[in-house]
Amino acid sequence: MDDSRSIGDIQTTTAGDFGELVKVRKFVMHIEETLHEFGPPADPPQLKGYIAAVAANPYAGRYVDNLMPLMEALKPMGRTMAQRLIDALGGADTIVAYGKSAIVGENGELEHAALWHEPGGYGMRELIKPSKAIVPSTKKVAGPGRPVDVPLAHVNAAYVRSHFDCIECSIPDAPRANEIVWIQSMATGPRIYDRAGGLKDSDVKGEDGLK
Amino acid sequence: MKAKIRKTQVIVETTYTDLGRKVKVPTRKACALAVIVNPNANKYAQKLSVLEDIGAEMGEMLGKMCVDALGIKPKEAESYGKAAIVGENGEWEHAAAILHPKLGAPLRNEVQKGAALVPSVKKLGGQGARIDVPLGHKDAAYVRSHFDGMEVGLADAPRANEIVVCVAVTDSGRPFPRVGGLTTEDMVGKDGLR
Repeated sequence: MDDSRSIGDIQTTTAGDFGELVKVRKFVMHIEETLHEFGPPADPPQLKGYIAAVAANPYAGRYVDNLMPLMEALKPMGRTMAQRLIDALGGADTIVAYGKSAIVGENGELEHAALWHEPGGYGMRELIKPSKAIVPSTKKVAGPGRPVDVPLAHVNAAYVRSHFDCIECSIPDAPRANEIVWIQSMATGPRIYDRAGGLKDSDVKGEDGLK
Repeated sequence: MKAKIRKTQVIVETTYTDLGRKVKVPTRKACALAVIVNPNANKYAQKLSVLEDIGAEMGEMLGKMCVDALGIKPKEAESYGKAAIVGENGEWEHAAAILHPKLGAPLRNEVQKGAALVPSVKKLGGQGARIDVPLGHKDAAYVRSHFDGMEVGLADAPRANEIVVCVAVTDSGRPFPRVGGLTTEDMVGKDGLR
């Protein structure tokens, strides 16, 4: 293994340094604005986007039993990422759907991706209110450039049908073998031609995170 | 059947070991896919009821294919998920019409119970498009050991006028769960969450 790629030797900027376990190589932000889809003009257009952090995997290349230190260490990064995506999409009040994913590079383990459930999810839920609904997710182990489908669902009531959505994320040069791509997704509106029925945003009770 | 099926595929992925460590009971996840004709391709239609009915057919058929492929009893299924890839002459909402209104109930029949929401993703894509079918525990969405995903796809689908419908079912969680959170021992399985 090339030493310059092990986490202890990585030199990043202040913005990418979240302590000895979390060193970010790059952030990637992507925002789509959908104006029509061969029917009527979108009213209003939907913005959906993701933010991804490509960070070193401190547990790459070996089986490490206790993963909890990394879960803790990721929390400040999760909040920072959520704030950046919220700002880019127009503020916390505009966010109606969210989701999260992780892609672990080839020297890592699927379980490393599972560390994102708290820092990734609660990073968004602390900033978006109310947000009683579970944050939907996907995860995988894969090589550089491989895509992951980041789910999206309503922030306060998981059964709101108009807000089930998805955005694909891929970064040509990540994850390298000793890296993990951590991703959060958000949207400012439902699918533009929502007409599959079900629970409506306007009928949400907002008590249990479901309905 | 309202669905016009060109082909199906069923995959079973079994994990025996990872990073040199043996999985005590190998974890297994199955995904069944159907490539169907999109009855609403090429034209904006306000009502998508045919796609909704096809969704019901797919829930039953693909759910059963997964359970059969795993060789388990319906009650032994532990997590599930669903996804759709719409070919280029279709619309994003076509995926929603297949997945959300009617697919869930017959799928739950095939895996018994299923108090939790069936997690989903959707996309538009060309031939060879891949999709990550999310997985979550079928009775309690917050069970952390069972959050997972399964990437699937077919080299020759979807053609422009087709849709690929996917249902995934497992009989286990991730191989080495150790990130805390709700466990299967502690779950209640009534409200779909915990």
